[in-house]
Amino acid sequence: MQINFKHEWIETNIGLMLVLTMLAISVGGLVEIAPLFFIDKTVEKTEGINVRPYTPLEQRGRDIYIREGCYTCHSQMIRPFRDEKLRYGHYSLAAESQYDHPFQWGSKRTGPDLARVGGKYSNEWHTQHMIAPRSMVPESVMPNYPWLQTTMLDQSDIAGRMKALRAVGVPYSLTEAEREANIKKFGESVAAQLHIPDANRNLVAQANLGNYDGNKAGVSEMDALVAYLQVLGTMVDFTKVNEDELIRSR
Amino acid sequence: MAITTFSSAEQYNFEIVKKFSIMALVWAVVGMFAGVYIASELAWPFLNFDSPYFSFGRLRPVHTSAVIFGFGGSALFATSYYVVQRTCQTRLISDGMASFTFWGWQTVIVLAAVTYVMGYTQGREYAEMVWPIDILIVVVWVVYLILFVGTIMRRRQPHIYVANWFYLAFILATALLHTFNNLAVPVDLFSLHSYSLFAGTQDAMTQWWYGHNAVGFFLTAAFLGMMYYFVPKQAGRPIYSYRLSIIHFWALGFMYMWVGAHHLHWTALPDWTSTLAATFSILLLMPSWGGMINGIMTLSGAWDKLRTDPIMRFLIVALSFYGMSTFEGPMMSLKEVNALSHYTDWTIGHVHSGALGWVAMISFGSLYHMIPKLWDTKLYSIKLVDVHFWLATIGVLLYIIAMWISGITQGLMWRAFDDFGNLQYSFVESVAAMMPFYAMRAIGGAFFLAGVVLMAYNIAMTIHQARKEQAELEAKLAAKMAAMSA
Repeated sequence: MQINFKHEWIETNIGLMLVLTMLAISVGGLVEIAPLFFIDKTVEKTEGINVRPYTPLEQRGRDIYIREGCYTCHSQMIRPFRDEKLRYGHYSLAAESQYDHPFQWGSKRTGPDLARVGGKYSNEWHTQHMIAPRSMVPESVMPNYPWLQTTMLDQSDIAGRMKALRAVGVPYSLTEAEREANIKKFGESVAAQLHIPDANRNLVAQANLGNYDGNKAGVSEMDALVAYLQVLGTMVDFTKVNEDELIRSR
Repeated sequence: MAITTFSSAEQYNFEIVKKFSIMALVWAVVGMFAGVYIASELAWPFLNFDSPYFSFGRLRPVHTSAVIFGFGGSALFATSYYVVQRTCQTRLISDGMASFTFWGWQTVIVLAAVTYVMGYTQGREYAEMVWPIDILIVVVWVVYLILFVGTIMRRRQPHIYVANWFYLAFILATALLHTFNNLAVPVDLFSLHSYSLFAGTQDAMTQWWYGHNAVGFFLTAAFLGMMYYFVPKQAGRPIYSYRLSIIHFWALGFMYMWVGAHHLHWTALPDWTSTLAATFSILLLMPSWGGMINGIMTLSGAWDKLRTDPIMRFLIVALSFYGMSTFEGPMMSLKEVNALSHYTDWTIGHVHSGALGWVAMISFGSLYHMIPKLWDTKLYSIKLVDVHFWLATIGVLLYIIAMWISGITQGLMWRAFDDFGNLQYSFVESVAAMMPFYAMRAIGGAFFLAGVVLMAYNIAMTIHQARKEQAELEAKLAAKMAAMSA
């Protein structure tokens, strides 16, 4: 039997049109997104890659990074080119943003990439640069962020934030069993930072120890943001990573 | 026997179309002003005023949301409600639902702008709205879908007109994209903060699947719907090819959803995904140009209208920019080209040749066609439409030329090596080199904004004139009635 398909059938039947349109627009996303959750090598898991979740202070710094829309001018994704390696360092791995909810790879470099900015400049440099960028880099077009230094960090909901992140898959620990698992995975000192019941204490302790904003009195938003910037791109020890293994994930 | 005649204003719900049309213009002025302002901040950073409420990072989403969802969204609501009623020859099934979509959508835009400035954001490009606003969008959107489909079901024609296919695809795709891209867990029920369900690579893929299809369906398919009604109407000729419209509708809808990952070339996204996306990006040139050809060729035999009718000129130049952007896009999705263009101003220029040249211009043309019909009058000034056309065209050209130069310059400076194999330029040297082009871009944007302000004035005067005519007519009628009864 031969069926003589007529487009008229669709044009005169809204139900059919709804279903067929929905089918047509669903395929692309299914084919491209769903496998990323199941193909194991999408996120690298080789020797030397031991990326940990952010500490409470770093995570709050990340929240401020997002609040101020830093991603509208800065990327956090180094591409595998010779010039980018010279300028920014080793190309970014998927593993390095595996705990980033949401990702902050960015799409525009009005300013430089920040994926490996951690450790490149001193805390004093960052603080001064945030308050008045042109005092450090005269040609810069970055806005001044003086309020970060004078606004105290809201620490009240840090446990709630970590619980929400735990709900979406970040291994912050709430129970003793989870803490044990983190000790096995990340070691004693990191696991202590990831324990939600100790979040406030850990946050203040890290800020006091690091003194990121150069002001010992209280924990400012600057403390948190600089703590975050200083950890970016520092979690993978590339001297221990086998480059051939990495290529398999690309 | 008494003959009852309905004027089209009684047969159709034009009130809702009027409201959305006016808000489209309001948001165009607001959103494009925000755009000119943040463009100026990049050229003259003192404009950030040391204040969180004026800083580029917080104002940029105000610009993008106000123009895409405020202006573009309101223009789409207005035209889709107009087109679906005219082509189905029936009234919207519910005035209440229509009104709900209006107030709901305007609330979304206002809340979004306020929350961004206050520092509440999801940090996802073009989807920065916090989770309660996202939920409000879903509610408005479901009502919109029911209203639109319900009205089609009540049509007095067996066939569903082609413009409605495109509007329908836009409504469905936006629902799908918005839902999956905004999956997140709130910090608690009374907190505006949330964390996205996905992380890193998967999150990036989801976001750009959304991001590019916001372009593909919100800013393209829907505006093609607009094109399929208003171009033939203004030209007074039928669509060039019915067959072409079928082929390019299905091809466009199917293929667009694959191309988002071309925003993630050379990143930590696996190569198979971005290569697949690039392949579909190239293929997409065909359905895109199918739409452009179908629109432009509709004018064949009436080309002289381009000389005499500035509204027609808006529509046809919009299609030309559409053709250009949809050629530039596939080219930029080639990995070798993308290696240079990504992260630079070239992308910004590309977006604006589509957003200003195509989306805004097709909307201006359609609104200029539709608004006099809604208020049952003539445009206040055709001359001003002509001036608007030139302001807009010069504005877009200044904008995209500035961004081509700055974008390619950035790309080349970043990858330049000196004779010893070291990087030739520090990053900040590329920033300093951008200054004249950032100024030029701000000026181009100001031209475009000036055109929109002129349009707002022209439309306000048109509405004023319509009210005056209406009042005069009523006075005349009243006088006649008085004379008859005397």
